Amino acid sequence: VSSKFHNLQEMQHTASLVTKVFIQRDYSEGTVCRFQTKFPTELDNRIERALLEQTVKTLNSYYVEAEKVGGQSYLEGCLACATAYIVFLCMETRYEKVLKKISGYIQEQNEKIYAPRGLLLTDPIERGMRVLEISVFEDRGSSGSSPSSSMSSCSTAR
Amino acid sequence: MSQIQHAVPDGPMRYTQICTRRTSCSSPPTSSSAAGTEPPSCPGHRGRTPRRKWQVFPGRNRFYCDGRVMMARQTGVFYLTLVLILLTSGLFFAFDCPYLASNLSPAIPAVGAVLFVFVMGMLFRASFSDPGVLPRATPDEAADLERQIDSTSCSKPPPRTREVLINGQTVKLKYCFTCKIFRPPRASHCSLCDNCVERFDHHCPWVGNCVGRRNYRFFYLFILSLSFLTIFIFSFVITHVVLRSNRTGFLTTLKDSPASILEVVVCFFSVWSIVGLSGFHTYLISSNQTTNEDIKGTWSRKEGKDNYNPYSYGNVLTNCCAALCGPLPPSLIDRRGPIQADTPQTAPQSNGTGGGSYAPTQLHSHMCDQDQCIQSTKFVLQAAATPLLHSDPVILPPLPAKPTSLGGPCAYLGPAQPTLPSCAGDVLTLRDVAVDSHCHHRLHLHHLHHHQHFVSPEETPCGTPQGALPCPAHMHLQHPAPQVRYDPVTQDSLHEDSVRGLVKLSSV
Repeated sequence: VSSKFHNLQEMQHTASLVTKVFIQRDYSEGTVCRFQTKFPTELDNRIERALLEQTVKTLNSYYVEAEKVGGQSYLEGCLACATAYIVFLCMETRYEKVLKKISGYIQEQNEKIYAPRGLLLTDPIERGMRVLEISVFEDRGSSGSSPSSSMSSCSTAR
Repeated sequence: MSQIQHAVPDGPMRYTQICTRRTSCSSPPTSSSAAGTEPPSCPGHRGRTPRRKWQVFPGRNRFYCDGRVMMARQTGVFYLTLVLILLTSGLFFAFDCPYLASNLSPAIPAVGAVLFVFVMGMLFRASFSDPGVLPRATPDEAADLERQIDSTSCSKPPPRTREVLINGQTVKLKYCFTCKIFRPPRASHCSLCDNCVERFDHHCPWVGNCVGRRNYRFFYLFILSLSFLTIFIFSFVITHVVLRSNRTGFLTTLKDSPASILEVVVCFFSVWSIVGLSGFHTYLISSNQTTNEDIKGTWSRKEGKDNYNPYSYGNVLTNCCAALCGPLPPSLIDRRGPIQADTPQTAPQSNGTGGGSYAPTQLHSHMCDQDQCIQSTKFVLQAAATPLLHSDPVILPPLPAKPTSLGGPCAYLGPAQPTLPSCAGDVLTLRDVAVDSHCHHRLHLHHLHHHQHFVSPEETPCGTPQGALPCPAHMHLQHPAPQVRYDPVTQDSLHEDSVRGLVKLSSV
């Protein structure tokens, strides 16, 4: 797979967006945040199934960790209650810490796996945890479309 | 398209409530856009472009302190709560505590003060925080969902519900037409705030906010601590009066400390409701139910059906701990975040930003949204004039619909008029939905004076043929379009939703 885009910014600004694929939430385990591992057919020829599945599974495990009702969350909850929740002004909740980890993970995945294939993952938190949005950019491949045409399409879109 | 614009006598002012993105909705800036947000969200209204997301938030909320504080629109009762608590506690500390501290123990005012601070803290947390509002779908998401929904059914009305199996129990996920999402389990759309809220419990006017996933524990701790505070004040005021009466006589006591009577009265009347409410919520927490579910009897034992609560952990202690000490999710609406500039658009017929921001970036989407608003309203008004109709574009025969308590205008099943995908989406916004509508008591449909065919609900009960004729003025607007067909089962919800759309119009 040739590295068509040197960085994510370049891709966003020069490539034209073809479509967006949305991976919806999987509610079979209740209200916990979990995304469907079903592979969307639109990405059939853009990325290997295993890679996307792995990304989604890792994200799901992060969310499980964030929402885990266990010893640490009880401690945090009791401490917060005892201080009338003032402690959250100085301390970050566990959930927020995990969300930071997730956005770091998504950034890394984008750089290593998705950008080279002309795809871009959007952190679900920016979509209200409703969907995992995958932006599909134009597959330049050997077509070598000129940057000017994509720039003009971007500018008319604006 | 221009026909439609001219056909509407008033400016687009009245349509802001129906648009999903209010900033792109009107070219003349509206004063009604101020409903719920401060300052007005339409750019150019005061020469100030919105910088933060709360300024363009589509729900009916009020924001203060530059987006840090979020409340419902009607806050009158909240101020009453505040006044009652402050007044009673203030009088207690001023008039009763000196006597009690000197004659009994100084620990009494100390404990009272701690309780008071805790009560106020919890009240502010419950009132000012985001209850767990689900942000509305971006246009791309909405279009994608519409495509999925339409593709799954060819000859039947598209299903607006999804079924999912949770812990062996079948749960129905409903599609929210305002927010354009399939609501997660336990989420509900609050019609007062016009938002979908996760784990929606109820909308509490005393607290001036919805009670949902993120502020339920604060609400519960508030009512619990308030019960303790009320009982504390009540008992110690009585103690004070009794002790004093023993020394100086009852009437002298009342003369010396008149505030005590007021405190006793306030506490006596509030203790029943607050303690009762605390008990009720303790029960709800221990069985891991929401008020919404309990009232609807979602998990109550039904005859012949194995109905149980799939969210319960099975054990009272775990349920309590999970509700009160579980992880606190962050707010999903990012109200203080800056409004994103342009983000990449989907190439064919892009409609507005996909970046979760609400700022208008294209004239194209600007016009489209305005048309959507106008079209949406047109269909709503037609719904008012016509009973439940089949999706034939020309003459629409009236169909008998189930009589409902709402009466009034029935849902209108005209064809969609999409010039762009999101137009269809928005038109559908007004049509069929199964919404938890609380608005049937607020019908002011007769206020819509800009459409003479409109009748109030009392005059034209749903299903009677007399109000049946489709408005001739609008018939020429029927363009052949992709059929949108509806399940007769959802007629009530169609009805409810068109009414809801009308209510929104009238409440502008």
